Amino acid sequence: MAMSCLETIQAYGLRSLGYGERLLPRDDFTLCQHFTLIGSGLIWNVYFGVLALLFGFFLANALALAKAAHSPWLRKPAEWFIFVFRGSPLFIQFFLAYELLVLLPKAGINVLGITIDTSWTTRAWAGALFVLFLNTAAYSAEIFHGALKSVPKGDVEAADAYGITGWSRFRRILWPTMLRLGWPAYTNEAIFLFHATTLVFFSGFPAFQQRGDALYYANYFADKTFNPFIPYPIVGFYFICLTLLLIWVFGLINRRLNRHLPSNLRGRIRLRPQLIR
Amino acid sequence: MFEYCADPSQLSGLTWLSCYLTTGTHFNFYRSFVTVLMLLAVTAPVALAFGFGGAMAARSHVTPLSLLGRGYIAAVRGVPDIVYFLFFVIALDQGIEWTKHLFVCDDLSQPVWNGTEFRVCPAAKVPLATSSAIWHSAYAFALAVFTFALVFGAFAANVLYGAMQAVPKAQLETAEAYGMTPRQVFRRILVPQMWVYALPGLSNLWLILIKATPLLFLLGIQDIVYWARELGSAKTSGNNPYPHGDWRVFYFLALLVFYLAFTRVSEIVLARLTRRLSHGQATLGGEQLRKAGA
Repeated sequence: MAMSCLETIQAYGLRSLGYGERLLPRDDFTLCQHFTLIGSGLIWNVYFGVLALLFGFFLANALALAKAAHSPWLRKPAEWFIFVFRGSPLFIQFFLAYELLVLLPKAGINVLGITIDTSWTTRAWAGALFVLFLNTAAYSAEIFHGALKSVPKGDVEAADAYGITGWSRFRRILWPTMLRLGWPAYTNEAIFLFHATTLVFFSGFPAFQQRGDALYYANYFADKTFNPFIPYPIVGFYFICLTLLLIWVFGLINRRLNRHLPSNLRGRIRLRPQLIR
Repeated sequence: MFEYCADPSQLSGLTWLSCYLTTGTHFNFYRSFVTVLMLLAVTAPVALAFGFGGAMAARSHVTPLSLLGRGYIAAVRGVPDIVYFLFFVIALDQGIEWTKHLFVCDDLSQPVWNGTEFRVCPAAKVPLATSSAIWHSAYAFALAVFTFALVFGAFAANVLYGAMQAVPKAQLETAEAYGMTPRQVFRRILVPQMWVYALPGLSNLWLILIKATPLLFLLGIQDIVYWARELGSAKTSGNNPYPHGDWRVFYFLALLVFYLAFTRVSEIVLARLTRRLSHGQATLGGEQLRKAGA
């Protein structure tokens, strides 16, 4: 039974979230099915990317400050955290985290008479998000720490001369400048993070009821049709669109961060994606 | 391996562990570390060669060649690399078999891509179904090396292209003024000087390449991730002389430590190399070395 493209979108548009048709297409694959199902999987990539970036941003700021601190009690843990997450492959981190989470007692943990359920932590939406959050926090912390170190000396001296000290010096002088200087590199980090989300369902976390991300479905099609030339370029197309959108959004923030500078001194964001982490 | 390992069920403690860690399957695990190191040793120079070619093409004055070089660099960036890893392995395999199919098969009337199947005649299979297992793994490894080199070559091309642009123009103009041909300028002036500019980018790339090696698992190679999963999963006394629970977490912990150590050692070596290459260069690093020596 052939479906029209609109019907296909209705059936599979939200398949990655568990809505619509239960069974994935098995034969007579159409281009529309490819685009719909892979696009549906992209919801997960966006979910992982956006939330990990959002939470990671706060932890990254804290870690960058901790790494710049004088006290070794703050500095050393931050340095180790950053080293462990930047020095090892994300792929291994996913596997290790999954195996650790599996070890949690299945029946739940009993805290003060209330049983806390633990089974959800091994699901990708929670477990993989947690790993991505820690990972991007480590990478971003290194960027922000570098930016903090390159805040112009004159800015800080001027603040001192005006009698701005302590928290208000940090909030009004150091922090905005740090963000401004680190922003182009942070944009690239955001792009890598979105690319890294494609690893989730290939690294231990099972795709519950075949609810996977864009690459999961592309891999499904390539396995079924033995034709890699359609699904993978579609993933590529979606990710190029996503990357352009990300550059646009981060570019807007960059403009706001730099709005006080003469236009020839504003830092421009250049796309410099790296590889796998 | 040891003589006292004859009956593992009688052992305990460290003796048990020493026997457990020296079983045949564990040696396969240790050998897979060599596979990873081999992949790095082979891929790094090949990727560098690809990168050099790509950078030279991108710099070329011939428009199609320059477009090809730029296109190569641009195409690999912007799309998640894992997509390439999954794509190239099938695409290359099919490409090779299809080419062979055109030459060795008698019956070319049937389409190769037939609905949900990719079908070539038995003689066109690479490697042949009759060839020994070692050829199958060698072929898979070669495909993996080529895929890694292709992806990392684009990133190396990007770094080398930038490094070539960074060599001071005055150096090249002086060489031209002395009557060197463009080829001589490239070989004698540009290439020897560009490495110091390329090194930060290339060191970064090396660290990333190290961290990309677990993706071998996705290419269907029995690498360290494969063996860690295999050995770590729970073993019952029925099928295994060394029964244990689910120990995968320890195996992955070991892999994590391996990668951290490898990264750290690489960082130290690369820092030394940077110092050495900076000698006598007209850069900030070179100037510091000169002052320290004086």
